[in-house]
Amino acid sequence: MNGGPEHLIVAPILIPLITGAVMMLYDERQRRTKLGLGLASCGVQLVIACLLLLRAEGTAATGGNAIGLYLLGNWPSPYGIVLVLDRLSAMMLVITGILALPAILYAGAGWHQRGQRFHALFQFLLMGLNGAFLTGDLFNLFVFFEVMLAASYALLLHGSGRERVGAGLHYIAVNLTASLMFLLGVAIIYGVTGTLNMADLATRIPQLSEADRPLIHGACAILGMVFLVKAGAWPLSLWLPGTYMAASAPVAAVFALLTKLGVYVILRLSLLVFGAGAGVSAGFGADVLIWGGMATVVFGMTGALAAQALGRMAANLTLVSSGTMLTIAGFALGQGDAQMLGAGLFYMLASTTALATLFLLAEPMSREQGAAAVLALSAELYGVDLSEDEPDPEPQVTGVFLPGSLTVLGLCFAACTLMLAGLPPLAGFLGKFGVLAGAIAGMGDATSSPARWVFVTLLLVSGLAAMIALGRIGMQTFWAAEEDLPAVPTMELLPIMALVIAGGLVLTVEAEPVMRYMTRTADALLRPEIYIHGVVTAPPVDARAGNGG
Amino acid sequence: MELILSLAIGVLVGSGVWLILRPRSFQVIIGLCLLSYGVNLFIFGMGRLVSGAAPIMPKGGFVDPAAYADPVPQALVLTAIVISFATTALFLVVIMASRGLTGTDHVNGKERDQ
Repeated sequence: MNGGPEHLIVAPILIPLITGAVMMLYDERQRRTKLGLGLASCGVQLVIACLLLLRAEGTAATGGNAIGLYLLGNWPSPYGIVLVLDRLSAMMLVITGILALPAILYAGAGWHQRGQRFHALFQFLLMGLNGAFLTGDLFNLFVFFEVMLAASYALLLHGSGRERVGAGLHYIAVNLTASLMFLLGVAIIYGVTGTLNMADLATRIPQLSEADRPLIHGACAILGMVFLVKAGAWPLSLWLPGTYMAASAPVAAVFALLTKLGVYVILRLSLLVFGAGAGVSAGFGADVLIWGGMATVVFGMTGALAAQALGRMAANLTLVSSGTMLTIAGFALGQGDAQMLGAGLFYMLASTTALATLFLLAEPMSREQGAAAVLALSAELYGVDLSEDEPDPEPQVTGVFLPGSLTVLGLCFAACTLMLAGLPPLAGFLGKFGVLAGAIAGMGDATSSPARWVFVTLLLVSGLAAMIALGRIGMQTFWAAEEDLPAVPTMELLPIMALVIAGGLVLTVEAEPVMRYMTRTADALLRPEIYIHGVVTAPPVDARAGNGG
Repeated sequence: MELILSLAIGVLVGSGVWLILRPRSFQVIIGLCLLSYGVNLFIFGMGRLVSGAAPIMPKGGFVDPAAYADPVPQALVLTAIVISFATTALFLVVIMASRGLTGTDHVNGKERDQ
């Protein structure tokens, strides 16, 4: 077996699959082994994702976007299922790695004891996510979506309880319906064009006859709706706050990434299939993305201002983040706005890390100390129903405590607030500033100018709303609390600090190379011919040349 | 044959959508099942309707593709059946858990007038 560098592309799918399968063999009591396995697997995935990222940088000859192609089963390219690596998918793999590692570590502090098979399910979720980012085939995308969703159903229910089961019921019903619509869209696309390969589809769309065009538009609209459900676009997002709030902290932290999977597929497919080269169909759906995205921002912003608990607030801020990304995707699709898209990708990286941190912070920040916790516990013993919406009292926290844990917690929360509100000096400001600059720079075009003004206003107002909402919670928790918060175990504090350091400090200090990468990614996304060329024209690998891996 | 198939898909999807919008969890799961049957038939129909033709071609030599059925939708529909069956089974478990925890089969976990 010569596991040459070309096999690296399939590794982000195989590693979690094998690790998850191995974990199933271990008894439920051997949690430490599983935790170690999970951390090792995620660490290796992150390293591989970084290697793939370096490879996707490419050279000037390939337009700075080297397409890595992996032929599963070695069928020639448009016919077999392919995995495709480009700048965008490599970047998403890295984000997955960055978020998964702290989430597993956090679960190790206690959450993995409160249910069955947490670590195995987590690996399968990662497998689905990585696969969905890498695949170049529509039906294969559906399969990876389902792998990811099936794991996410079980993870959402992790820890059980009435509230989680109720939220899980709604979440599963919505996503099952969405999956069926996914199948409908894929079937129509196959029926009309005869292909499921994304790149091949992009070459066939401009040549469609006038009779077939409405059909393909309808199919793509159905598909788009599925991804908008995932991304949480208004009015398809009503399931999202309740679900994300009910999920246990480490699960909610990865769920922050699931909305970005919806955004990723919309960026990938719409810019590929309905990009500039699509003839009559070019720019299809751009207005829906622009105005739907802005409605999502308004909805999320209002929800965040109205929320009383940090979990619900974080869920609503997730909507703001994905709504902003959808609007940016709409402008990129409709007007080819590369500058805004590049800054938007940077904003997505910064805000997703900050949101994941916020979901992790929500638990130690809302934990009750001594008397209050005992009161809640005895109330439950005597069967007093405190409140229907109140979550079950959590077991007492144990573990190693470091001095000053509350100060660190407060600092981490402040960093998250700055990142999400887009205030200097952290990276959230750089991303938001870039998006604003891009939006204002493109205002010369009279037709899009009103939408751009609304978007600029919304961006500023949503930052202010995030600031007010998070500031209020921060003051209530750290300054105006009747009692101090209980100390935070180091096992919980470490992953939070790691995320803040990765998303806050590293991203801010290293902003220039990251921003350059994002800008080039945006340029490459707006030139779909590079992707198409890289996928359609690839010859199958000669079996005798040693493709035995 | 086209008319019968499209009528069948229409009836399945129509009743499925109606049932999904009902407040009882049992109705929702039956609705999802009907909807998935309709969708599976639809995928199958996308390979064009031919009767008495095999989807697998014999080895070697030139064959006339018109004499064979399209194998891709048949492969897709198999995958779709397996996946939707599995996820529906999972949903059933969650519904049972919800029924046990809340004591009602309303999808919101409580009756409307309580």
